[in-house]
Formats: sequence, structure tokens, C-alpha cells
Amino acid sequence: MELKRIKTPLDEKTIRELKAGEKVFLSGYIYTARDAAHKRFIDTINEGKELPIDIKNQVIYYCGPSPAPPGKPIGSCGPTTSSRMDAYAPKLLSLGLKGMIGKGKRSQAVKDAIKQYQGVYFGATGGAGALLSKAVISSTIIAYEELGPEAVVRLEVKDMPLFVINDIYGNDLYEMGMLQYKR
Amino acid sequence: MREIHSNEIVDCLEKLFIDANINLSQSVLECFERSIEKEESPAGKEVFRELIKNALTAKEENMPICQDTGLAVTFIEIGQDVHIAGGNLIDAVNEGVRRAYSKGYLRKSCCHPFTRKNTGDNTPAILHTRIVPGNKVKITVLPKGGGSENYGEVRMLTPSQGWEGVKAFVLEMVNKGGPNPCPPIIVGVGIGGNFETSALLSKEALMEPLGKRNDDSAIGALEIELLEAINKTGIGPQGYGGTITALDVHIKMMPCHIASLPVAVNIQCHAHRIKEAIL
Repeated sequence: MELKRIKTPLDEKTIRELKAGEKVFLSGYIYTARDAAHKRFIDTINEGKELPIDIKNQVIYYCGPSPAPPGKPIGSCGPTTSSRMDAYAPKLLSLGLKGMIGKGKRSQAVKDAIKQYQGVYFGATGGAGALLSKAVISSTIIAYEELGPEAVVRLEVKDMPLFVINDIYGNDLYEMGMLQYKR
Repeated sequence: MREIHSNEIVDCLEKLFIDANINLSQSVLECFERSIEKEESPAGKEVFRELIKNALTAKEENMPICQDTGLAVTFIEIGQDVHIAGGNLIDAVNEGVRRAYSKGYLRKSCCHPFTRKNTGDNTPAILHTRIVPGNKVKITVLPKGGGSENYGEVRMLTPSQGWEGVKAFVLEMVNKGGPNPCPPIIVGVGIGGNFETSALLSKEALMEPLGKRNDDSAIGALEIELLEAINKTGIGPQGYGGTITALDVHIKMMPCHIASLPVAVNIQCHAHRIKEAIL
């Protein structure tokens, strides 16, 4: 497959050039956040307070890694199912979040928000947590340490293998792929 | 009466859960290798290549295959001529799980249903015991992730719905899950018994070796029929589109009430982690 390398923070040009179905390698900083962290993000926004990270042009990874063994920056770190974050994603996109990494289908509301706010949804291979850990160079806990595997962690990644699932043009790899191979 | 010390059970559980989470079985790995050739979609082939690389990386780095190291599902068959000495079985199982998830750097994913507070050590284990003839103890562990488990269901069909009703239900569940339960999946179907037995049968079906057909050839043919139908959905590896949505389908069946047709579907992700030992 053709290989494409992209970097965070994601700029508009990069986003415009991403098409559903492409495999990309992502480098730079990304932030882990899953169920509990998202709930806290939205509560914080509703209280009119500042988020623990500036999400503008950033990428959130729906991931709760296994504990880091001694000498390693992180444990196994594959994606979790994204649909549980659907209730929160449009709000974060409206505030400047550009990318989301996870696995599985998104709601129509999230797909609409991706178009409206010019974002992108990437799929990482679910269950390939050991392989994905090799793309992580360093990790730093940024917020909510008490949530354990659900804490917000900044990951420095190099050539993290991803597929573009939903692009700004309204394409959806899950729908396209299924249609193509349905017998 | 043969005596087995509970400490042996603790040690066995510890080893099995670490081994299962880190070392993917050769049979699953070989299935991935065959699938690269069989899968028609380029993205699907790429997923299989990633899964093979992942399994090899996990072994090399001594790291879990998947970060979701699951709830600690444990099946124990206890020979009726065995006496477990030195402590009670349930405590021994939980201690083995506790040690495995701590020493193996495995993720603890067990929490209170409402407060969501983590129990901290991945206990309690999901323990199923059965008394069998003999003087041995067989322990099988199946750490099971949440993503795939979320797409399981028990449904009480009416007898008139028959096999067509079962087939429609299984396909409905596979389509509902789509990419979410991490395809290529393995599908366990439990038919018959009653409400809770059908669920247990569907889980036991997942423990059958890949490629093995039901001993009853008529049921074996239905497994193949289901597998072919699932692989025509187009969902494919990771849901990116393709011709291999499921690696296998296993059916376990037993008699049921004259008024009922209980059916359970339990879905397993490709990270099919299962290990067993006999004491």
C-alpha cells in the first residue's frame, strides 16, 4: 500500500489531503483520553473552566494502555471502541480538536462534525497493542492520574500506523469497504 | 482420593494468564498467515500483516498482545477424586489472577458497574467449575476483552423460528458489531438448554480449536454455512472491507424445553487468547 507520513499538530492542508481508505504514518505528540477523561473534559467545559490540554489542532487517542513494564515508555496500547466517545466528540471538534484515533464506527453527529469543523478520524488496528507500543517514544501523564489506565497521557509517537476512516468529504472507510466486498 | 494443594492452582493461574496474554497460540498465528493469501482486500491483507507483526512483537517484548487483557475468564474441570487442600479454590483462583495481572504488567479492567471504581487487581475472576470423573484438574483461561464481549446477546427464539431464525440472529449480531468487536472475529453460538446455559454454551464454543468442526456432522455443516454467510457481509478485517470477517464459527447445542429455542451469540476478537493446563 502507498505510504504517507503526517505530523501533529494537524494543519488544514494536511487534513484536506487525507482520504478515507489511505494508510498513514503519524508522528508528533498525541493525547490519550477515553470514557472517564472525556466525561471530565465536557464537565470542565460546561463549568466554563480550562481543559488540562490545549486541544487546538491536536489529536486524541482513545486508548487505555496496559502498565509500562520497567524500561519501556508504555505497555500495550491499542485503540478502544470509539463510539463510546461519540457523545463528547462534536463538542471537542467545535473547540479546535482536529484528529481522533480509535476503532469502530462513529455516529452521524460525529461524521457531520468532522465535515463541519474539518477534522479527521483515524483507525488504529484494534488488538495490535504491542505493535502500536513500538511507535511510542515517550509518555508523560498530563492529567487525571487517579484514573489509572484512563488518565490523560501525552505520547510522543513516530510513524504510528493508521488508516483514515472518516475524512472531511463525508467518506467513511467502513461503509465503502463493506459495500465493495459484500457478496 | 488425590490431593492437590491450592498453591499449585495459584501458580498455575498466574502462569496461564501471563502466557495467554503475551503469547498468541501458534494455531491463531498460522490462521493469520493463511488469511493473508485468502483475503481479497489490500487493506484486509495489510491488517493481517499487522496482526502477525503484533504477535511477534508481543513475544519479543514480553508484552500483552492487546492492552485490553480482559476479565479473567477461568474454566476448571475438577475430577471427583481430587481433594483441594490448603485453602479454598475460589481464593486460589483469585490470588492467581491477582499475581498474574500485577507481575505480568497486565491491565486491570474490572470495575463497579455504577461507580466504575476499579477493583484494582482484576478480581473477581469469572469462574466456571464443573465436577468430572477422574483425579485431575483441568484449568483453561480465556482472558476476554470488553470490545468483543459487548456484542454478545442471549435471545429466546420461538421453536417455529428454527435454524433460519438462529442464522438471522447470528448475522444480525455480526452486522451490528461491524468493525467494533475487532474483526476478524470468532463466533460462538450456544443453542438450547435454557437462558443461562445457552450463554455458557456460546462461551464454551469459543474454546473449540480453530478449524475443528462439530462432532455431529449436521451441526458441522451449519457452522460452515454460518461462516460463509458471515464472510459475505463484506465487513472484513477491522471492518475496512474484505472477504474474511470471521476466522471461524463454532456451535454448541443441547436439548431445550418444548416451548423454547434459546440462542446465545458470543463474539471473540482476533486476539483469541486461550491457554490450558492439567494438574
